[in-house]
Amino acid sequence: MWLTNSSVGRKVVMSVTGLFLVLFVTFHALMNAVAVISFDAYDKICEFLGANWYAVLGTLILAGGFAIHIIFAFILTFQNRKARGNNRYAVNARPKNVEWASQNMLVLGLIVCCFLILHLVQFWAKMQLPELMDRPHLGGYAALQATFSLVWVLPVYLIGFAALWFHISHGFWSAFQTLGTANDKWINRWQCISKWWASIVFILFAVEACYFTWFFAL
Amino acid sequence: METNISFKLKVWRQANAHAEGRFETYEMHDIPTDTSFLEMMDILNEQLIEKGEEPVTFDHDCREGICGMCSLYVNGHPHGPATGATTCQLYMRRFHDGDTITVEPWRSAAFPVIKDLMVNRNAFDQIQQAGGYVSFQTGGAQDANAIPISKDAADEAMDSATCIGCGACVAACKNGSAMLFLSAKVSQFALLPQGRAEAKRRVKAMLAKMDELGFGNCTNTGACAAECPKNIKLSNIARLNREFICAKCSD
Repeated sequence: MWLTNSSVGRKVVMSVTGLFLVLFVTFHALMNAVAVISFDAYDKICEFLGANWYAVLGTLILAGGFAIHIIFAFILTFQNRKARGNNRYAVNARPKNVEWASQNMLVLGLIVCCFLILHLVQFWAKMQLPELMDRPHLGGYAALQATFSLVWVLPVYLIGFAALWFHISHGFWSAFQTLGTANDKWINRWQCISKWWASIVFILFAVEACYFTWFFAL
Repeated sequence: METNISFKLKVWRQANAHAEGRFETYEMHDIPTDTSFLEMMDILNEQLIEKGEEPVTFDHDCREGICGMCSLYVNGHPHGPATGATTCQLYMRRFHDGDTITVEPWRSAAFPVIKDLMVNRNAFDQIQQAGGYVSFQTGGAQDANAIPISKDAADEAMDSATCIGCGACVAACKNGSAMLFLSAKVSQFALLPQGRAEAKRRVKAMLAKMDELGFGNCTNTGACAAECPKNIKLSNIARLNREFICAKCSD
């Protein structure tokens, strides 16, 4: 299977799952915006996405996407470190035009992953999971209140969003480069779109988290 | 204007492929700034030979930037701090009096050190042998105007063909990936009608060989293109990916 056997194939898997996750975080940021406008509407969305079959199926696909992306990240990093050899350079200079994020994707991904676990504990474990087990669960408003009434949540979330910004700002254009949809013109265009997309997602999430903290904690 | 500079040279010394390597520091005095980097290394070696020590082994051949043999990692850059130039095109005027200049070999698992600063880049030859050529389709000679080639494609193919296979891309890549080299070798044919006939077989065979030889996976950091002495562009890698994905999908 060329998707696992070849270097380009493995990168295609990273690209496709990565783009899928970018789409997911974009929808997530937009969905959160509903809560800023109306908590009632947000509760409706949470109810709609509760433990219905399509929501469970969606969750499984999403979890699969995350799992493949993370597993391949470790495989690729392991292979790349091996290819680099045992001797490291004594002097290393990062050339101009090389993004810092591009050389630290695994670390950034791990920060995002830690944030994701915290986020799942704070929301998913109190909402969809107990509902699936027929136990009492929180609605959207109650879960937001339980989380954002704690002041430490905001700075921790902002760190997670920042790592996500760096990760997407490289990952997004990199995916299109790997899929072969770039040339001299489009590399620059994808890089520009990448920065914009990452920034819009970051601003949406950050503004939403700040609003919830202001509303529930202050 | 020519001046003389004195500096410290920190050079990687390694007796052979299996020996443990280490840095050795040499004091260089009154080197004219018009000296090329490799001439400076020659001066060092003459001094070492006069003292009865083993000279530093390093690769070099044409000394005019076209053969791809020179391969020093100088102060954190393959081929040194100059852009779009090989080590042999690097001059001591780039450095200052009192500097410490660190000289290392290419470091990559696929390019094992032979001795000191010389590495074995046979892996590139093997990748080329796997498909980096055009087989002759014998038959009646075509009319010169029968296969029109756009100026853009011709220029792009020519730019890709300027790759000298020095391995700076692998040396610069944190993943030890040879994708820039491979993409240049695939692109120079993929862009021309003469190369299209074997395009699918070529890209699959060359990529498989590259993976087999233990080069890393490309993560699009772009360090290769930034350090390439021939300014091979990153868009070649996108073309390689496109060629490979299309070839695999049509299997």
